[in-house]
Amino acid sequence: MTTVAKRPDAVFAKKVVDAGGKTLNLCFQCGTCTGSCPSGRQTAFRTRKLVRRAQLGLKDDIMGSDDLWLCTTCYTCYERCPRGVEIVDVIMALRNMAVREGHMAPQHKKVAELISKTGHMVNLRDEDKALRKKLGLAEVPPTVLQHPEALDAVKKICSVTGFDKLIEGGAK
Amino acid sequence: MGFFLGCIMPMRYPGIESSTREVLKSLGVELVELKGASCCPAPGVTRSFDQTTWQAIAARNLTIAQGLGVNILTICNGCFDSLFETAHQLNHDPEKLKKINKILKEIGAEYKGQTEVRHFVEYLHNEVGLDAIKAKVKENGGKPLKAAVHYGCHFLKPSNVKKIDNPERPVIFDEIVEALGVESVEYKDKGTCCGAGGGVRARTPDVALKMTKENLTNMKAAGVEVIIDCCPFCHLQYDVGQAELKEFGIPVLHLSQLMGLRFGLDKEKLGLEVHKTPVKL
Repeated sequence: MTTVAKRPDAVFAKKVVDAGGKTLNLCFQCGTCTGSCPSGRQTAFRTRKLVRRAQLGLKDDIMGSDDLWLCTTCYTCYERCPRGVEIVDVIMALRNMAVREGHMAPQHKKVAELISKTGHMVNLRDEDKALRKKLGLAEVPPTVLQHPEALDAVKKICSVTGFDKLIEGGAK
Repeated sequence: MGFFLGCIMPMRYPGIESSTREVLKSLGVELVELKGASCCPAPGVTRSFDQTTWQAIAARNLTIAQGLGVNILTICNGCFDSLFETAHQLNHDPEKLKKINKILKEIGAEYKGQTEVRHFVEYLHNEVGLDAIKAKVKENGGKPLKAAVHYGCHFLKPSNVKKIDNPERPVIFDEIVEALGVESVEYKDKGTCCGAGGGVRARTPDVALKMTKENLTNMKAAGVEVIIDCCPFCHLQYDVGQAELKEFGIPVLHLSQLMGLRFGLDKEKLGLEVHKTPVKL
């Protein structure tokens, strides 16, 4: 059996740059990022490889991969990169592109829906209200939870930007 | 200052909110309510999904402060990241501001690009000052403690934008903790992420917990009696994480709660009963 070489795709790499990963091409593959990554210590995620795949435009190796979602965005690699590659920005660009292709974990879809439908990423339970009252705080925080017109504004933003549709298209 | 509440603090750890309000009041910092504010929105998830939506929702939050003629104060690294980064970009990039304002126009709002966003720790250190904090510490504020100070990630990083302290060897948070008469202990790999961010806790909680466990192991080896954080999400990860791991048992306090204790605030006001890792200090 012969090995088929993966074909680089310069157009994809350009798209990553345009989507916010503008320093992508400065990487010279030293691996400081991988050596600094707290997530990579616990998993097989290798930041350097992800950046290389993006440079080469190996789209299929990136878009549906779990690695893309193992970054905690802690910025340690970004701070230490000797070439000034803004690695978190590259990863964010890649994640946005992956989500647009329908790669969104069900758990992430749930959080996104909470934000777009309730304006908050966690819900207010009866026990939270009770404790707030006991602590002398307003039972319901003075946020969108107390101001329906403000919640409507958040919902409108999510509709205008297409965020709602994006969530619907995710979780494949 | 406009007090930005976010989500995890008011819903899961309201004791952080009451502590913050009380200690800032005693230090003479006036807080106003940012009525109708929403989620910042959470950077790890929202920004990962769509950077435009992330920035538009953050900008709407900025317009609330703008309308009141105040700047924003937050006690959360995640909220700080979304709001600070958005303000930074929109205050300096007219093209981006135009793009976001086109979205805000649909809700009848406009961001003028002048609001500032401050983090609780930085504000305490640089505006309130260590001497004013020291002056409030009560003799009966509890026994001396050895603490693991946890900075989290988005308070100082990315440092080329935040410009608050050296991200590798920061001192700003430790100095406040020491001013409270609490010893900030060195521990291995201090400064490492709690594990929760970037949507990792939501998607792969087992991976997040492995990172948390490594930090806790290093903290325990240094003999700490308490973990002090400046972010409700890190707070949750350490507090709930220890319950999930069923080991360690190191109490977790947000800086505002530690200040409450040291200022001699009524313990009832700290909301410690909801902590999953019991706090007996």
